Amino acid sequence: MQIKYKVAGDSALLIEFENKIAPEINNEVRKMYLAIKNKEICGVEELIPAYCSILLLYKPIEITKSKLVEKLNTLKNNLEKFNIEKPDVIEIPTVYGGEYGPDLDYVAEYNNLSKNEVIEIHAQRKYLVYMLGFTPGFVYVGGMSEKIATPRLDKPREKINKGSVGIAGSQTGIYPIDSPGGWRLIGRTPLNLFNPFREPPFLVKAGDYIKFKKISEDKFEKIKKEKAKIGRVKNA
Amino acid sequence: MPKLLVQDSGPLTTVQDRGRFGYQKFGMPTAGAMDKFSYKIANLLVGNKEEGVLEYTYNGPKLKFEQDAIIAVTGAKSEVKLNGKNIKMWQSQYIKKGDILQILPSQKGLRGYIAFKSGFNLPETMGSKSTYLRADLGGYEGRKLENGDVLEINNEVTKKNYTFKSLEKAYRPDFSKNKIRVIMGPQDDYFTKSGISKFLEGEFKVSNQADRMGYRLEGPKIEHEDGADIISEGIAEGSIQVAGNGKPIIMLADRQTTGGYTKIATVITVDIDLVSQKKPGDLMFFEKIDLKSAQKLLNKRKEIYKSIKKQNRELTDSKHYNIKINGEKHEVELREIIQ
Repeated sequence: MQIKYKVAGDSALLIEFENKIAPEINNEVRKMYLAIKNKEICGVEELIPAYCSILLLYKPIEITKSKLVEKLNTLKNNLEKFNIEKPDVIEIPTVYGGEYGPDLDYVAEYNNLSKNEVIEIHAQRKYLVYMLGFTPGFVYVGGMSEKIATPRLDKPREKINKGSVGIAGSQTGIYPIDSPGGWRLIGRTPLNLFNPFREPPFLVKAGDYIKFKKISEDKFEKIKKEKAKIGRVKNA
Repeated sequence: MPKLLVQDSGPLTTVQDRGRFGYQKFGMPTAGAMDKFSYKIANLLVGNKEEGVLEYTYNGPKLKFEQDAIIAVTGAKSEVKLNGKNIKMWQSQYIKKGDILQILPSQKGLRGYIAFKSGFNLPETMGSKSTYLRADLGGYEGRKLENGDVLEINNEVTKKNYTFKSLEKAYRPDFSKNKIRVIMGPQDDYFTKSGISKFLEGEFKVSNQADRMGYRLEGPKIEHEDGADIISEGIAEGSIQVAGNGKPIIMLADRQTTGGYTKIATVITVDIDLVSQKKPGDLMFFEKIDLKSAQKLLNKRKEIYKSIKKQNRELTDSKHYNIKINGEKHEVELREIIQ
């Protein structure tokens, strides 16, 4: 495994892996991320893993860059011995189509498929969560079938409900908070990918897999009500 | 609980602390004070370690105190009025019940800070009181202050709790400076030689698109060798992104955690505060320095912080007596030492 270190200001170091988006590279990122986290190096404040890099934030008063690089190299060289836990697979119950996924018809038509075929293809595979970013809890996942790839909307919507599941090109994703956006919406999950009043606040982490599961509207409402009870902790 | 009433909030006044850490890997921006030096000093002057303070923008708030309080105002240079009379910035101040504090529009710099001894009685969201406006969370109901809001301060104070503290003049920041020091990289090798020299020799103006998230700058076009896109990666505070249009953006407190544009350089930590004090239309220049020098400058700050903490045992209130000993008149000053 080849890694490079780049200075990103006086309090951050960028650890670069092979420059490509691929599950095997992301797996190296995950291993190294877990190894650093596990080591609890004094002065290391925070890690931001991405597709093929980790941004490491540190306190220069507590550790110098050269000392840090030395420790990281030791970790890297012993990575094979490091026992890492298996990634979690998180099931995302989703209502497809209708008001929950207003663009399902378009996605089906665009790809010459029936709506059911789109749903089946979308919910069939588990998707690797390469990283989170963009907004709190937004997952960048890979592995969606090209058979259901669909370009973004020409004109983004002003408001998309949180939990909306969409497709943009050959990517799929979930909107964790209400926000504007141009993805084709095919469904919606009642799960909160992000809830600041819950511990932990985020449902999915980098390196996990997500798998969509088709549910009915009734089930959606039922899960939503259960979540609302948890949400009430906020005012307790 | 001691209260204060927001009579006039100013255009953008939010509760901020050092920021929300540990969640950037989930895409959660840190938020936090934009000018961290002024923030930290404000807290130290009132004897706090890390507490939520008010960060105001250009126009400060007008506050009515319904209880005694100990405060300090730092950051952008403004006239600060207590019941209509000028008081000094960069020092602790005792406020009596019924007092009205008003901060006039800034003359130099953009953001000011008001710290209150013992801090606000506000819940922490994910370990921080910082307001993150884009997700409506933290601070005061996840939003900026509005006229009529009532803030609660944690503990009541009396004169006994007051220690006069001030930041030495030599340590006070000069917000008219416009040289911003940077460390090159992590993607400076994506730019042409001419692009790099334009960046380091050119003059840049803060555009109207400048907020807590980042500052877009106007200036000479910084050319890329071969495109502006990279595979998305984490973004450090102070990173200077250059998108395909060749215009730099300095990423600040509310920045997104990851991004796919090349970063030509990173503003050194101590100068991020200076950037945060710039307004649209202000000019800046970039100067390259090395990592060691930048870290030295950062570590020097700890010394300044320590110097304020030491003022803890400073002498405070004094009383004057004229006494006679053996027929001889003596003027005596009595002071109370507060730890």
